[in-house]
Amino acid sequence: MLLQVEDLHTQFFTSRGVVRAVDGVTFHVDAGETLGVVGESGCGKTITALSILRLIPDPGRITSGRILFRGRDVTKMTDEEIRDFRGNDVAMIFQDPMTSLNPVTRIGSQIEEAMTAHERFTETVARPRVIELLKRVRVPAAESRVKDYPHQFSGGMRQRAMIAMGLSNEPDLLIADEPTTALDVTVQAEIIQLMKQLNRELGAAMMLITHNMALVASLCQRIIVMYAGRIVEEGPVEQIFNSPQHPYTWSLLRSVPRVDEARKDRLVSIRGMPPDLTQPPPGCKFHPRCPFVIDKCRVDPEPRLEEVAAGQVARCWVLMRNAREESVEAAKQSALSREAAEKLKEAPAAEVGGG
Amino acid sequence: MAERAPLTALELDPVLVRIGGVYKHFPVGGFSGLAVRAVDGVDLEIRRGETLGLVGESGCGKSTLARLVTGLLPVTGGSINFDGHEITSLRGGKLRRVRRRMQMIFQDPFASLDPRMTVGDILQEPLDNFGIGTIRERRRRVQELLRLVGLNPNFTNRYPHEFSGGQRQRIGIARALAVNPSFIVCDEPVSALDVSIAAQIINLLQDLQKEFNLTYLFIAHDLAVVRHLSDRIAVMYLGKVVETADRNDIYDKPQHPYTKALLSSIPVPDPIAERGRAPISLKGEIPSPVNPPSGCRFHPRCPIARVPGICSEEEPLLVAHGAKDQVAACHFAGQF
Repeated sequence: MLLQVEDLHTQFFTSRGVVRAVDGVTFHVDAGETLGVVGESGCGKTITALSILRLIPDPGRITSGRILFRGRDVTKMTDEEIRDFRGNDVAMIFQDPMTSLNPVTRIGSQIEEAMTAHERFTETVARPRVIELLKRVRVPAAESRVKDYPHQFSGGMRQRAMIAMGLSNEPDLLIADEPTTALDVTVQAEIIQLMKQLNRELGAAMMLITHNMALVASLCQRIIVMYAGRIVEEGPVEQIFNSPQHPYTWSLLRSVPRVDEARKDRLVSIRGMPPDLTQPPPGCKFHPRCPFVIDKCRVDPEPRLEEVAAGQVARCWVLMRNAREESVEAAKQSALSREAAEKLKEAPAAEVGGG
Repeated sequence: MAERAPLTALELDPVLVRIGGVYKHFPVGGFSGLAVRAVDGVDLEIRRGETLGLVGESGCGKSTLARLVTGLLPVTGGSINFDGHEITSLRGGKLRRVRRRMQMIFQDPFASLDPRMTVGDILQEPLDNFGIGTIRERRRRVQELLRLVGLNPNFTNRYPHEFSGGQRQRIGIARALAVNPSFIVCDEPVSALDVSIAAQIINLLQDLQKEFNLTYLFIAHDLAVVRHLSDRIAVMYLGKVVETADRNDIYDKPQHPYTKALLSSIPVPDPIAERGRAPISLKGEIPSPVNPPSGCRFHPRCPIARVPGICSEEEPLLVAHGAKDQVAACHFAGQF
């Protein structure tokens, strides 16, 4: 086991109250595997990733839990140790390559800096390695393009440069937060292919954070589904896609149209919005939006993550396999019809940080 | 009876918007004479009551075309006919009257609503502008609009910042509906939204289309969403339409190699299907629209181009290929 996160709580202490962005999350990443973390904005995916790197912005902090990387607890590392950990063991790729690159420094120098800053490589070794890295992420004419500035790179090329930088110190874990969201579909396809190849060639584990279910299907072996700061379902990718057991996972999978299928009548939409994490609802946190809700969901304490199949766990009183057929049909139809919208009378939700 | 015949013919014209040979060139500046050829000779028909999906990568000119069709930008050349009115030559009051029937929904629900106006004012503004109804009728209409898009009608005194992204997009849709348009251009209306919220908006757009018999031009880069919503799909590349067809035909039998590559690049939410899928990767990047390639402008990236030869020398025309109602601009359409 490469990374083991145990009962992680990350909270933001705001004037409106305590935002429980990550609320007791336990999962692991094995060496070499690709783990997908999915869920809507504001469900705690990004904050979980930032917690692993200990990059939580103010007024947030990790309040309890352990993050073990090869057995060493990241939450207890000294500043020096965490710097070393970020540079050598883990790397993160962000969504927007334009804002994460320095606009006034040449691409080559930025990648070189990432290598020499952690004293893993000397300058003489680093320079030729930059070209090698750019070639590895398939930047054409890498020898001349190292001297380019970020604005001379297209969006796809910038994301390649970011990946090259992430790989520069040969990390064992690469965390990619929506790495293709800002890119055109054809460029996205190239980056996906590249990430698959790199995962095979270098054997680095990857944690892919995204709301794009198709991307997860294409890249990941295992999935974690997060809702309101909690894991609600986890399992092997085929298992989750073929037989999702949590109604949230089921709804997420049915809310996206598929390009390879002729039109079905309506998409399943999830009514309302994720809850305000300063005052999450009692009982199961998904119950106000769940199409299969029963009284137990509102009253009883939140269900535990229970094994529902080999390697698959879900947190729900009414698992999908127990949901009555007519209620599944009803949920498919309910897809925010006019009456449902009327019923909702949703108050404008306060925006919660994160996600 | 004899007098009524031409009227009936006019009423039954199945085409609502006819775009003929439309150009939009943005001068690059200086006296170089160079221009960004954002839209470079587009012919397109939008039929009454249909949803025409318009897809293509960033910079292909789809948003510029949307602004030309709604008269927000003047054309450099060509004709745009909306229900019998040539909008490129209309000015002043006449243009305003036609514009009332065409509205636009924008991508970014954060940038397209004035933060200092209440929702009530935002929705009432188009009614004031076109002088529709009395003050009291306008107020009632605002509440009705909010109800139509699934928002609480008592929210009229709230400001845009009090709403989430999905709710703001609903306000944008309500604003577009305010003046009872017959044609709405949706420019990437769901690409800034979360998946579950996007599904709500997509369903809402479908409901409203049915209820008010609307015609949509739906622009997006997400082909899965476009296929779900559209009746027909047009694909743009570097300022030109390269293929148009029925939404299922274009997926089952794409005739233009660019369409095929674009479709192959979209992952599907199914891990087993994904394992057997290989995207066609295109060589290089989209060329500059200031100086597009000779002949077929897709030829430098095309997997089947014959270069040197007809592809680099002669520009292909949009002609019938493949299924009924399918046109493609390729010398070797379907031959791959």
